[in-house]
Amino acid sequence: MAEFSLPKNSRIQPGKHFPAKDAKKPRTFRIYRWSPDDGQNPRIDTYEVDLAACGPMVLDALLKIKNEIDPTLTLRRSCREGICGSCAMNIDGTNTLACICAIDNVAKGDVKIYPLPHMPVVKDLVPDLTHFYAQFASIKPWMRTQSAAPYKERLQSPEDRKKLDGLYECILCACCSTSCPSYWWNGDRYLGPAILLQAYRWIVDSRDEDTGARLDDLEDPFKLYRCHTIMNCARTCPKGLNPAKAIAEIKKLMVERRA
Amino acid sequence: MSANAKDLRHPLKRARGLGSAQSGVGHWWTQRVTAAALILLGVWFVITVLSLLHADYATAKAAVAKPWNALLLILFIVTMFWHAVLGLQVVIEDYVHTRWKEVVLLVAIKFLAVLCALAGVLAVLRIALGV
Repeated sequence: MAEFSLPKNSRIQPGKHFPAKDAKKPRTFRIYRWSPDDGQNPRIDTYEVDLAACGPMVLDALLKIKNEIDPTLTLRRSCREGICGSCAMNIDGTNTLACICAIDNVAKGDVKIYPLPHMPVVKDLVPDLTHFYAQFASIKPWMRTQSAAPYKERLQSPEDRKKLDGLYECILCACCSTSCPSYWWNGDRYLGPAILLQAYRWIVDSRDEDTGARLDDLEDPFKLYRCHTIMNCARTCPKGLNPAKAIAEIKKLMVERRA
Repeated sequence: MSANAKDLRHPLKRARGLGSAQSGVGHWWTQRVTAAALILLGVWFVITVLSLLHADYATAKAAVAKPWNALLLILFIVTMFWHAVLGLQVVIEDYVHTRWKEVVLLVAIKFLAVLCALAGVLAVLRIALGV
C-alpha cells in the first residue's frame, strides 16, 4: 500500500534547544535534523533567533543559525534571490524557497522547517533529488530538430515566443513535484508536475520539431496520467507558475492528435 | 527513490524504466465522456425515481417497461459501471503497490462490474419485454 505513516527509523524525536540570550525580537525556529552518520532517528531542534539582528528572509535566519548558533545545520543554498532553486524546503507546511520567503509572512508561532516532503533525505534539509533530475533528463529537454541546421539562429515569432511565458521561468526547485500526492505515491514512474511542465515547454516551442515523439514518450498511464488535478503544484510554486495547466494542455494535445 | 550506492545502474536507467505504454489517453477520454453522460443520465434517473415515490409495485414496473425509460435505464446502468470501473482502476493503481494484490483487484473489479452491469440490464429487459 501507499505509505501513510512513517517507518520506525523515520519517526521524529524531540531535539536540542538553543535559547537566545538578550534577544530584542526573538522568533523560534523548529528545524528537522537528521544525519546519516549517527544511526539516530530524525529530531526537531529548536533555535531562538534575534530577528533584530537578522535579514528578512527565512534563508537569512537559517544562515544566521548556521554561522552563529549551530554550524552542523546542513542546507543547500546558492543565489539567495529565487533563481537557482537550491534552498527549496518545506516552511510552515508549504514547499517554497527559503530565500524569497519572508519570516514576517510566516503565520504567527514557531517557524517550522522540514526538507521537501517524501524524498529521501541526504542530511537535515538536503533531499536526494537524483531521481528527479534523472526524470528531467529522460524527457530530453533540449531542442530536437529534423531540418538541417540553418545558417543563422532558428527564428520564432513574438506570438510563438509568448507561448513559453509561464513555462521558461521554471527553475526546477522541485517544490511542486514534492507537494504532489500522486508524485509521493508513484514518483518512481509518474514524472510529476515539474518535469511535465518542462516537457510541455518543449512540446509548445515553435522551433522544436520532435513534438510527436515527445507526446509518444509521455503517453503512458503513469508518466502522465497519474496527474489527478489535485493542484498542489500550482498552489505551492514559488515562482507563481501553473504546472497543472501545462499538464492539462498535454492531455488536450493527446486527444487532439487522435481525433 | 534514493540512488542506492550498491546500485550500479545509472539513475537514467531507472527513470526511463520500461518506457511509455503508448496508452492512457483512451482511458482518460472515456472517463470524461462517461462522466459527462452521467450528469444528464443521473439527473434523469433521480427525477424518474422521485416521480415513483410512494408508487406501488405495478406502477413502478409499468414505468420501467416504457420503451424510453427502459432504454435510458440500461444506458445509465452501463455508463455508471463503465465509469466506476475506470475510476476504481486509477485508485487501485495509485494506492495498491503490492503487485499481485494490484493485479487481482484490477481483474476482480472488471469481472464484478461486467457481472453487475449485465444483471442490471437483464433485469430491465425482463421487465421491458415482459418475459
